[in-house]
Amino acid sequence: MSIRHSLLALLHDQPMYGYQLRSEFEERTGSTWPLNIGQVYTTLDRLERDGLAVKDGDDGEGHVVYRITASGKTEVSQWFAAPVVATNPPRNELAIKLSLAMTLDNVDVEMLLQAQRTASMRNLQTYTRQRREAAKSDSNDSQDVAWILVLDSLVFGAEAEIRWLDHCEGWLRKHRFRTSKSPASHAAEPTNATKEPTR
Amino acid sequence: MSDQVLQLRKVCMTYGNGANSVGALRDINLDVSAGEFVAVMGPSGSGKSSLLTLAGGLEKATSGDIYVENTPLGALNINELARLRRRAIGYVFQDFNLVPSLTAVENVALPRELDGVPSRKARRQAMDALRSVGIDKLADRFMDQISGGQRQRVAIARAIVGQRRLILADEPTGALDTASGDGIMEVLRHRADAGCAVVLVTHEARHAGWADRVLFLKDGRIVDQAAQSYDPTDLLELPAN
Ligand SMILES: Nc1ncnc2c1ncn2[C@@H]1O[C@H](COP(=O)(O)OP(=O)(O)OP(=O)(O)O)[C@@H](O)[C@H]1O
Ligand SMILES: [Mg+2]
Repeated sequence: MSIRHSLLALLHDQPMYGYQLRSEFEERTGSTWPLNIGQVYTTLDRLERDGLAVKDGDDGEGHVVYRITASGKTEVSQWFAAPVVATNPPRNELAIKLSLAMTLDNVDVEMLLQAQRTASMRNLQTYTRQRREAAKSDSNDSQDVAWILVLDSLVFGAEAEIRWLDHCEGWLRKHRFRTSKSPASHAAEPTNATKEPTR
Repeated sequence: MSDQVLQLRKVCMTYGNGANSVGALRDINLDVSAGEFVAVMGPSGSGKSSLLTLAGGLEKATSGDIYVENTPLGALNINELARLRRRAIGYVFQDFNLVPSLTAVENVALPRELDGVPSRKARRQAMDALRSVGIDKLADRFMDQISGGQRQRVAIARAIVGQRRLILADEPTGALDTASGDGIMEVLRHRADAGCAVVLVTHEARHAGWADRVLFLKDGRIVDQAAQSYDPTDLLELPAN
């Protein structure tokens, strides 16, 4: 997540001070990714160093207000225009755990899958309930809409995770013979490799 | 007496016999209370539809007991069972099961009329049900004059019409896009919030997410459950693995 660009985008809207930026960010993203105030100030320092924002006096109550510069505005436009491309797949602990579990002998992969699916389903239920409640207010307020869209993204993410777990389970069932401990003997009879286990 | 609308006790279902027999369900225990929305997931062939047909009294369990509103289905004769089904159970079939020679509203009103509700009242209830699934404008169309997704909604309207307290739905969102599927979930959720017990079979995690509780079936057994937890003490009630 680019905090730098997020904060700059908020400054594009209007000049703000640190705490204000933090609460604007959190409200617009449904407090899904909490920021600590230290991160906000470090980021503001860097924005200033890079000429993307400048200090613009205080608000009369001692808060230092920041304002976006012309090159800051360009930076924001470029950020919105550029698609988010993950060049390296983001580190996914679950995928790592599962691929290790599938290749090690002493792990009960089915149990792992099941426990994970239950946990992911619980998340999905929570997101779905929050989504339902958020939609009830039927508001057009931009912050409510932003929150709903964030929830949608979480719903789709949890759904994808569960589908992937189902996929892994199906794969495991089909390949149970192949993944058992003596690969050599099974290599000789490939047709058995995908046979369904008998009930 | 309990406020459980549906109860299954040590239910087993075996199709066929001898060497060809298939154990579709093994030792299933399940309670669904009024106001509860339960989703059932699991791989193809794991017994999901079997569970639903038994709960709906469409087939007899090989062993075990099933209670709907505290009435043991095993003790009813065919007529009593049919009456209980019409009065208490709304069923959405995987393949709809609608009558082609009837219009949408007639299809929905049919079970009410069979149950002795005067036809004008049955029609009014049918219109309410069609409205809640968003197709009251198509009330007078015949089944071959509407789309697959719309037929699906007629089937759902037929299941929720009247005062049925148990709604059983087998993959009711098959032919629908994401938004329409969510719309159906909203209808089912609403029925549960109004006090019905709802059991939904689905392979879509997205739809199971609407339920209070999600059961995972595997080879005819319930292997796990996910329940929404509002506070950590709820977690303690989940079966430990
Ligand atoms: N009438 C029947 N006669 C014989 N076997 C049956 C019958 N109905 C179901 N079965 C078997 O019982 C098992 C469970 O079937 P069921 O229809 O309940 O699965 P399901 O979980 O609903 O699958 P799907 O996701 O494909 O709909 C399967 O092995 C199936 O072949
Ligand atoms: Mg089925």
